[in-house]
Amino acid sequence: MKIFPVRGGIHPDYRKDLTCEKAIVPMPMPQKLYLPLQQHIGAPADPVVGAGDLVKKGQLLARAQGAVSASTHAPTSGRIAEVALITAPHPSGLPQLTIVIEPDGKDEWAELPAPVADPFAASSQEIRERVAAAGIVGLGGATFPSAVKLNLGSQNKLETLLINGAECEPYLTCDDRVMREYSAEVIDGARIMAHALGTPKIVVGIEENKPQAIAAMTQAASAFSNITVVGVPVQYPMGSERHLTQAITGLETPAKKLTAELGVVVHNVGTARAVHHAIRYSRPLLSRVVTVSGGAITEGKNIDVPLGTLVSDLVAFCGGLKEPPRRIVNGGPMMGQPLPSLEVPVVKGTSGILALTADEVNERDTKPCIRCGGCVTICPCGLVPVEMAAFIRKDNLDGAAKLGVMDCFSCGSCSYVCPSHIPLVHFFNYAKGRLNDADRERRKLERIKMLAETRNTRVEQQAQAKKAAAAAAAAARKAAAAAASENPENKASV
Amino acid sequence: MTLAYTDKSAPFTHAPTSVQKTMTTVILALVPATLFDAWLFGWPAIFMFLITVGSCVVAEALCLQAQDKPVGETLADGSAILTGWLLAMSLPPWAPWWIGVIGSVFAIVLAKHLFGGLGQNVFNPAMVARVALLVSFPVKMTAWVTPHPLLSDKGLSFVDSLGITFGHGFNIDTMTAASALGYVKTELSRGVPVTESVQHLPDLMDMALGLHAGSFGETSAILILAGGLVLLARRIISWHTPVALMGTLFVMGTVFHLVNPARFADGTFHLMSGATFLGAFFIATDYVTSPVSKQGQIVYGIGCGLLAWIIRTFAGYPEGMAFAVLLMNALTPIIDHNCRPRAFGRTRKGEPLEVKGEK
Ligand code: SF4
Ligand code: SF4
Repeated sequence: MKIFPVRGGIHPDYRKDLTCEKAIVPMPMPQKLYLPLQQHIGAPADPVVGAGDLVKKGQLLARAQGAVSASTHAPTSGRIAEVALITAPHPSGLPQLTIVIEPDGKDEWAELPAPVADPFAASSQEIRERVAAAGIVGLGGATFPSAVKLNLGSQNKLETLLINGAECEPYLTCDDRVMREYSAEVIDGARIMAHALGTPKIVVGIEENKPQAIAAMTQAASAFSNITVVGVPVQYPMGSERHLTQAITGLETPAKKLTAELGVVVHNVGTARAVHHAIRYSRPLLSRVVTVSGGAITEGKNIDVPLGTLVSDLVAFCGGLKEPPRRIVNGGPMMGQPLPSLEVPVVKGTSGILALTADEVNERDTKPCIRCGGCVTICPCGLVPVEMAAFIRKDNLDGAAKLGVMDCFSCGSCSYVCPSHIPLVHFFNYAKGRLNDADRERRKLERIKMLAETRNTRVEQQAQAKKAAAAAAAAARKAAAAAASENPENKASV
Repeated sequence: MTLAYTDKSAPFTHAPTSVQKTMTTVILALVPATLFDAWLFGWPAIFMFLITVGSCVVAEALCLQAQDKPVGETLADGSAILTGWLLAMSLPPWAPWWIGVIGSVFAIVLAKHLFGGLGQNVFNPAMVARVALLVSFPVKMTAWVTPHPLLSDKGLSFVDSLGITFGHGFNIDTMTAASALGYVKTELSRGVPVTESVQHLPDLMDMALGLHAGSFGETSAILILAGGLVLLARRIISWHTPVALMGTLFVMGTVFHLVNPARFADGTFHLMSGATFLGAFFIATDYVTSPVSKQGQIVYGIGCGLLAWIIRTFAGYPEGMAFAVLLMNALTPIIDHNCRPRAFGRTRKGEPLEVKGEK
């Protein structure tokens, strides 16, 4: 299959060898599980249990709220200790409403609905409902509710389901392991998703630095003529939806549009496997594979982790820290979130936990920009980071917006190459936050203005209507009076 | 438990790059040519080189001190050394000590720190210094000595050399020769056609090897070219500026030579003579003063090549590279503004692309 070139990108030190040969191992059930109500993009789920309730494995704990949201289920059986504000796995370190479970050690399943007998005979609607009920979100890290994304077929004519196995972030090997060890489950999940979306074709894109995964997936897909497994160049950020779509179809997604407009929907390999579990066994999303790695970790592993497990428990399971880390990262080193501490839970979007040493992070003091142009050359979005940063430094956010800072998806490539160690992405995140706020504020004002205007026009219209009515009434009266004076009999008849 | 910091966004890994590494690589790429030229022109050239680099470093230190900026740490980035180095490469090898010192003041104080220091300067500091010196001291700045290799019978003793650099200087009439470009130009002005005057020049092979008169760093074209290729291989520079520059120079030379061989020197001659390689690989590619995008670098390179050819061919100075680069430096902001890459998913104008095959 022809692979199309993709602009820019970098070749960071991948360091995947730390964990890529480590088979997935199950995490022993910890003392407590902490399940935040918002582990996804969209509205937080609404808790349906309270402190003291006994729950079984797979039981619904909090229900999706509104159009974009995801439910959460009990990863094991036990007692709800509390529903309380607890530090979320977010750099802000702000607390979030969280359900705390004390496992009883029995790991007893709740009664699950019967699996879908033949998914390929089921309607798209039914599959989406099952996926939604299972609380599945994009496991690549985006955590967008998958059921919503499986609905794209209703508005667009779709050609291809693209299964994203690029895993371009350094260190992370969880998708690699899932593809090697559970290729059949991934392929089955992908076929079910393609059925729900109505896409005739499935393409699995895997970076060429994972030959075993490519082999395993090719093997698993060999029975199905509509599935192609392709190796894509090792080039960060190949795993970005738009860039993977471009590499595989040659099509460039227009700004502010979804790949679906080109007939392509992208789902992660872990998500495909979760869909397989949800449809074939009615199992909700209760655990996920997490890569624990980095130079400060005693022994890196790929672990099947019950959601809600504290990062500190996870790290302890890996033999603890062998030296103080400089950064603890939730996700990959290029786009992950820095964690304030180890006392935060693993959530649906946690693809990796990295404890990185100062050497690995290689942070240095910022020097003046020497205009080397490195950031311009590698930006996969064709932006000019050096100029955007200069604007943002002068607090000229509109200037930065004109240069396209809102198109930046914070892939980190520019910061990575900058010889002056300028934290470019940090500037862009700041600017995007401020511009988003301003945009929200502007829209709010516009809405208020519009409401006020509508009200004014309404009041005016009413006033005018009244006046008109009064005038009409007066005219009528006058006419009537005139008529009456002319024809007194008539008046009597009125 | 606060273990780690959350004060900064990702990425939490970084390429093994730094300003210091970049500057060091460029300097290392210049070393072979520098050693060769030191041998070729002997002790006076070595003194001139050391004085120029040394005074650039001192000037930088004083400027930093005056602005209360960290001195040692900033000096360690190597940019002042590189500026001094490039300046020394573009001076006559036997220039007296004060040429180097004044040049350093022009380069570091005027061209660099008055503009705001590293990264802020609009004009290439070494070229500003060279041009300012050329305009102020035209005789000293065009006194191209013939090679006096160390340890050969033409070589000078250490003590005699001290005299040349710090004392009485040397006899311009007996020890110098015109540089190739200068010779052709002078002959042309006397009515001798280029076709004839090039006969008297060292042949192209000697020019390539550098065994002829010229500025300290211009002579050994081959070693400069090799250094440039190292920079390309190490991805410190990209091919865009040098190829556009040399290509333009070559095409202009060739085309006009074909039209009128008596008036115009040919393309190969332009490539092999003077500061072409030094300019194309080391001067025009200066990060700070050249455009940041590849598209911009091509435009810039073509501009430099064109101007250099025009100045060499029509203007009063035989060597045009320094002027050409400075003129194009002034255009860099405009080029940057007009040569941005096309953003992903957008047209050149910045509008979102149309969805193809719109239903
Ligand atoms: S972080 Fe943004 S500006 Fe920087 S390279 Fe990535 S997309 Fe471009
Ligand atoms: S990579 Fe850094 S030093 Fe180079 S142009 Fe961009 S911001 Fe400036």
